[in-house]
Amino acid sequence: MSRDGITMWLTPFLARPIALIGLCVLLAMVIAAAFAPWLAPYDPYAIHPVSRLMPPDAVHWFGTDQFGRDTLSRAIYSARMALLIGAGVVLFALITGIPIGVFSALFPRLGHVLMRMVDVLMAFPSLLLALGLIVILGPSVANSIIAIGAGYMTTTTRIIYGLALRLRAETYVEASRSMGSGTGWLVVKHILPNLISPLLVQASFVFAFAQLGAASLDFLGLGAPPDIPSWGNMLAESRTFITRAPWLLFFPGMMIVLTAFSLNLVGDALRDRLDPRFRDVFSGEG
Amino acid sequence: MWSYALKRAGATLVTLWAASVIIFAFIHLIPGDPIYVLLGDTATPDQIDRLRHELGLDEPIVVQYLQWAGHALRGDLGQSIFFQAPVTRVIADGAETSILLATMTMVWVVLIGVPIGTIAAVRHGTWLDQGLSGVAMFFASVPTFWVGLYLILIFAATLGWLPSSGYPSIFEGGSGNLRYLLLPSLTLAAPNAALILRLTRASMLDVSREDYVRTARAKGIRPWQVVRRHILRNALLTVVSAFGFTFAALMSEAVVTETVFALPGIGRLVVQSILRRDYPVIQGIILVIVVLYLFINLIVDLAYRFLDPRVELQ
Amino acid sequence: MLSVRDLTVSIGSDAAPVDIVSGVSFDIGKGEILGLVGESGCGKSMTSLAVMGLLPQPGPRIRGGRIELVGADVTTLQPWQRVEAGHGRIAMIFQEPMTSLNPVRRIGDQIAEAVRVHDGLSGAAAWTRARELLEQVRIPDAALQLSAYPHQLSGGQRQRIMIAIALACRPQVLIADEPTTALDVTIQIQILGLLRDLCNRLDMSILFITHDMGVIAQLADRVAVMYGGRIVETADVATLFGEPRHHYTRGLMDCMPVRNLGARRLPTIAGQAPRPGTIRTGCVFAPRCVAAQDVCRTATPPRLALGEGHEALCAFPLDAGRPS
Ligand SMILES: Nc1ncnc2c1ncn2[C@@H]1O[C@H](COP(=O)(O)OP(=O)(O)OP(=O)(O)O)[C@@H](O)[C@H]1O
Ligand code: SF4
Ligand SMILES: [Mg+2]
Repeated sequence: MSRDGITMWLTPFLARPIALIGLCVLLAMVIAAAFAPWLAPYDPYAIHPVSRLMPPDAVHWFGTDQFGRDTLSRAIYSARMALLIGAGVVLFALITGIPIGVFSALFPRLGHVLMRMVDVLMAFPSLLLALGLIVILGPSVANSIIAIGAGYMTTTTRIIYGLALRLRAETYVEASRSMGSGTGWLVVKHILPNLISPLLVQASFVFAFAQLGAASLDFLGLGAPPDIPSWGNMLAESRTFITRAPWLLFFPGMMIVLTAFSLNLVGDALRDRLDPRFRDVFSGEG
Repeated sequence: MWSYALKRAGATLVTLWAASVIIFAFIHLIPGDPIYVLLGDTATPDQIDRLRHELGLDEPIVVQYLQWAGHALRGDLGQSIFFQAPVTRVIADGAETSILLATMTMVWVVLIGVPIGTIAAVRHGTWLDQGLSGVAMFFASVPTFWVGLYLILIFAATLGWLPSSGYPSIFEGGSGNLRYLLLPSLTLAAPNAALILRLTRASMLDVSREDYVRTARAKGIRPWQVVRRHILRNALLTVVSAFGFTFAALMSEAVVTETVFALPGIGRLVVQSILRRDYPVIQGIILVIVVLYLFINLIVDLAYRFLDPRVELQ
Repeated sequence: MLSVRDLTVSIGSDAAPVDIVSGVSFDIGKGEILGLVGESGCGKSMTSLAVMGLLPQPGPRIRGGRIELVGADVTTLQPWQRVEAGHGRIAMIFQEPMTSLNPVRRIGDQIAEAVRVHDGLSGAAAWTRARELLEQVRIPDAALQLSAYPHQLSGGQRQRIMIAIALACRPQVLIADEPTTALDVTIQIQILGLLRDLCNRLDMSILFITHDMGVIAQLADRVAVMYGGRIVETADVATLFGEPRHHYTRGLMDCMPVRNLGARRLPTIAGQAPRPGTIRTGCVFAPRCVAAQDVCRTATPPRLALGEGHEALCAFPLDAGRPS
């Protein structure tokens, strides 16, 4: 990326310090996920029956759970699952949404039918759709991604469709068409680059919502297998002990909030700096 | 207006039809013979034969769909494996809790979201606005069940003011039983009120930049009258159109919230049915919620058009 | 009636303000129409909004000067504060009739709202008064139109509604900011006629803003020419058209279509209007002025009194009596 490119992406954050903090938190999450084995003070799976349900202290900063496992270490390892699910859902939404949305905009006749089918999927509330898919596919990490992704694929496709329609209508695209260039070239040259910044906004929101969706699935016992450290799983286990060990409720929950909050901050900052032509597609909520 | 309503209703029916195909396919997509999916593993050969015949599972798939849809139209959504009772009955049993919960939640959402969003917009750019917007964004980033667990920890477990789980019917225990739904409805309201707050604020700011607001000010009306009669009124049109989406979010989050508070509603019923492999109930609930959601979207859309006089001519 | 002294409107921080209106002064007498004319972006709307107490917030603000309405200082007051203080008899109509009315409220409600504030009438009485006002602005079927919505009316009709709303304030001074720019020519002539007529009948003063010298010639009694946030020349309408003294005024007149009948292309003043804050010393018009001398770029030109009510902001004005 050129220097100008970097400055362009950084301006929204420099103009809004709070969004910069959000960006830093996200960076910290990525680092936690990447270097979990070095950062975590203990083995997240190691069971110590003697030190069960210990409140936070100098040895266990976030306390321990009902098996004596170190909550801090589990919380750090959980960042991996959070990033995996978030990135997976975003990728799923983009990989399905970009081709369908752009194709529908370029070929209106078939596109209209395709978008009506997307509308049909939108008639299913997102978690219900996810639960239905989990019933069919069975609970697992990969299936969580598909199940949650299916709900955001629809909104993402709608947004891409709207943007691509507008871009297509723009005169310069029309002009290059009349000069006889092929459709493929048209797409690559004009539409895709213009989709990057609005999709970055959409990606931050979807990433945030995916955290909440995954936490819900884990909490219901229909997401990642219970022995895998994830914030949702930790919260699900904490439920029985909320009065005896409130720290088990606090820390994993805060991690989810911190992640989703930061993503929303970043998404908002990016959106407000977006080309005004595109801003209104996000006027509702992500 | 009427022709628009008819057209819109027609489109809704088409969507509903397509959705019903997906919901019908659900049972067939679950790995295993649909007959076992529908009857469970413990079914006797006798039951199996009867149902296979009843549902025409030996017939072509299109005929099966038509039979299923025909039954559904007459209110027959099949038999629950777990309860050994009609799915319609099972859903109806959970309806009271869920409907009351949704209603109370919507009341909170409107009572919290709209006025606070208005305050934030009127005090735009001040510390108050930034604080309120920050709180709203916080609640939009919080898992619903986490809020629920905290409310239980504080108001039920520690202070003992409110019950933490269950809901006895108000038809048996009187309207005092609504207190069982207080914490759940607040839990469910939190993210949705945050959303409506943000939306109210944003659309009020949009409207306040309109020329007609300047005209209103030029008349010499007091500022809060300008807000009430011109800004808020027009901004609420946008907010009303978001209620359909809010309902969908509410349905999703109700599944988790009812589970946290062990409420006998249809949200928790979905989760329990998944764990019990009671597939006909899952299918029935999804169908009912999709129908409701499409219907509410239709109403919201028509209400929006009704409130906005400009649409008449289009 | 209305007296504006050294009005300065600025944007930007207090430490480094950028003036978009600087040191503007003018007076409007009873029943008089003052035309304020200038190119797009010269600060006409900002001047009128400042006078009306309607500057958008956040954004431009009044940094200096004084606005007096019938002797009362209303500089810092918004319209509702003026009404409370008993100095609310000023009203304004805007450039965009399509967007200046609330789309979801009835015409009658929008007029009655102003009637309620200014006449203290309510309910049916306010509604009756609204109908009278519609008749005054010559809307056919006034009673029927009261319950219409703005989208059901044409641009010209809406501008009449705007005038009716303004009249509901029983204004002694009416500000009209390019009220006909968005309308086609026949409608434009009708609206101008209506304004002239109302001015005579109600003995109302009008500040009429436009960039069209032709309209000024038809309507105004006196003219103030604005350029780069300043008033560069004022005179009564005959004097201004007869013997313009400022080079910019002269340039504007040379561009008038009536003076160029048969010409293929209208002449234009070479160069572009300065953006606010770009010219800090000397005459704002210097970069485009054919008569500019070195001193024009360094020293602020003097405000020359050239005769009865005739002033020009220029170091080397055109000769009087030179045919234009
Ligand atoms: N809200 C604002 N914030 C900052 N600058 C503004 C704002 N509104 C207008 N300006 C600037 O102030 C200057 C004067 O604008 P103004 O609208 O008064 O011009 P005008 O003479 O009315 O032009 P027009 O004939 O196009 O209406 C312009 O250069 C404009 O860029
Ligand atoms: S002062 Fe100088 S530059 Fe300005 S108008 Fe007069 S002659 Fe031209
Ligand atoms: Mg203007």
